[in-house]
Amino acid sequence: MATVPPAGGPVTAREELRAGPETAHNAGRPKAKSGRSPLHRGENLFGWLFVSPSVAILVLFMVIPIFLALYVSFTNWSGLTSPFSHSVQLVGLTNYRTLITKPGLYQTDFATSIRDNFYFFLFTVPLQTALALWLANLVNSRFLRAKGFFRTAFYFPSVTSSIAITIVFIFLFQGNGVVDSILGWFGVKGPDWVYDQSGVFTNILNALGISSPGWGNHMFIGLSLWNWVAGPSVGMCVVIILLVWTTSGTFMLFFLAAMQTIGEEVDEASSIDGATPWERFRFVTLPLLRPALVLVVTLGFISTWQVFDQIVLLGPQNPTTITPSYFAYQVSFQDSNFGAGAAVAFLLFCLIIFLTLLQRRFVKEDLTK
Amino acid sequence: MRPSGRQVAVRRFVGYVVLVFFALVFIAPFIITLVTSFKTDSDSTLNPLSPIPHPVTLSAWDQIFGIGSTASVTDIPRWLFNSAFVAVMITLARVVLDSLAGYALARLEFRGRKLIFAFIVATMAVPGVVLLIPQFLVLKQLHLFNSYPGMIIPIACDAVGIFLMRQFFLQVPVALEEAGRIDGASTWQIYWRIVLPAVRPGLITLTIISFQGSWNQFQFFLIATISPKYYTLTTGLANLVNGGLSSGNQFPLKLGASLLTIIPMAVMFFVLQKHLVRGRLEGAVKG
Repeated sequence: MATVPPAGGPVTAREELRAGPETAHNAGRPKAKSGRSPLHRGENLFGWLFVSPSVAILVLFMVIPIFLALYVSFTNWSGLTSPFSHSVQLVGLTNYRTLITKPGLYQTDFATSIRDNFYFFLFTVPLQTALALWLANLVNSRFLRAKGFFRTAFYFPSVTSSIAITIVFIFLFQGNGVVDSILGWFGVKGPDWVYDQSGVFTNILNALGISSPGWGNHMFIGLSLWNWVAGPSVGMCVVIILLVWTTSGTFMLFFLAAMQTIGEEVDEASSIDGATPWERFRFVTLPLLRPALVLVVTLGFISTWQVFDQIVLLGPQNPTTITPSYFAYQVSFQDSNFGAGAAVAFLLFCLIIFLTLLQRRFVKEDLTK
Repeated sequence: MRPSGRQVAVRRFVGYVVLVFFALVFIAPFIITLVTSFKTDSDSTLNPLSPIPHPVTLSAWDQIFGIGSTASVTDIPRWLFNSAFVAVMITLARVVLDSLAGYALARLEFRGRKLIFAFIVATMAVPGVVLLIPQFLVLKQLHLFNSYPGMIIPIACDAVGIFLMRQFFLQVPVALEEAGRIDGASTWQIYWRIVLPAVRPGLITLTIISFQGSWNQFQFFLIATISPKYYTLTTGLANLVNGGLSSGNQFPLKLGASLLTIIPMAVMFFVLQKHLVRGRLEGAVKG
């Protein structure tokens, strides 16, 4: 337990589970099992009374839905009748086949959504982590005045509505808009931003005079190989910038909390040794921040596969900014194909749970070191 | 070798420049939003970066609040009411339910406590975004789809809040409760009169993060309702942007309404920042 940062550092649930809830607070209290103390009479009843409303809601709207989704993903439910009515048929793996193996629109769209989300994840996680770490390091400087102001400025975007912020970004990135005007000062003409479907890697290769080679036409799960390696579209880059901008403030706080536990002595000692700020950061601060770093990176792994709100506004403008979660929504609520939508959602569920288990493992390993 | 005083001064200056630059990058979008909401449609498109509206007009705000002859295509006051009403109800419910469950898990000896706690922790890992379709399904089955109860009940408690409250209750000295018990107080009296007042900071934190979460909530309301009369600021705005109601760019209107969504959070943020930060860090596991 000593590995938990004491002052407001992130408390993790799994540690609690490992240590058991008894250790901390029950010392010196009679155990419930062997001879219930008369002082604790009636706690069985009250315990259940107190937790049951919450447990009921969580079961009804979280646990049951997961199993319903699994069931619906094997049916052809259209969303109109009850999913258990006679008109709904069990169709086996058909929905999964239309997404993965059967060539067609759904296969292409599903593959595109996976590709887009993958590149989104690939760029967002390192960028937000690096920016958060860098800002935290700057804000944490001993000499900085107006610390509170800077911390507030960087954190503020993350408490605001994702929808409102996305609308602001659509305005900033519209043609001849704010971003284009600023680029204009430097004589740069921006791309079509939100609407631009061309892949960044493709654009770079094209600029170098390389177009799709022979192998690029080979199809793989609904997309040509050349399309798979296209990189994030320019439109997706706007989403990446938007997410990095809104999330780095939160992650900065995680790093700041961890930095405060390091203490100034270590920093001062190394400063007297004549280390440059970079050396001090690289060889003193960074290794001590490892647990926070692991936490931030793994949280990034999980959250980047759940991006949805922003895509609801940007996806309809640009089919290369679609994520699996939005694709599942689109297929269900716009095409009334809830079976296929549920199948996408269930595949995504498995992926995220897998990443979460990975995170719990990594963070645990790190904390026990 | 220690760097000379001059080098240190230069370094600090560069540090400040970088920080100020980034502070601008983080704040400027909000200022641009504010300014644009006082511009005309054409001014907002032609001079997006100009810091002064020319001419200054209140037409976007008149439209937002349905003032004057500008017949509004949107019913933003209604969205505002829905957002506030639903957020207040969800917050109240969460404060009551999360702290009850949190207390039971922290202090009450009941059979199955470990199991329930493990269950709560497990649900923290469930990604909300994949629940959208099945939650819609459950709402339909229970005839709660497209209603206020349907927007409130399914998110009236949350695992992160329960976990947070449990952490706070664990910090209350056991002696306090034992004293109450010896005086003959019932479990309910101990909870209500003795323990709950002792976790006031926790309740404040929970209130704030619950209000923030439900005010900004979008994805769940998107699938829980369909009628415009249940639009909140977030779902209404999304509908406004995605076509349906809009004509032309209407950026001053959209940005004004966005600002309306942001302002309550901004006020709360500046007044109660300390609590928000604490809630964010303690709920870290949720991400």
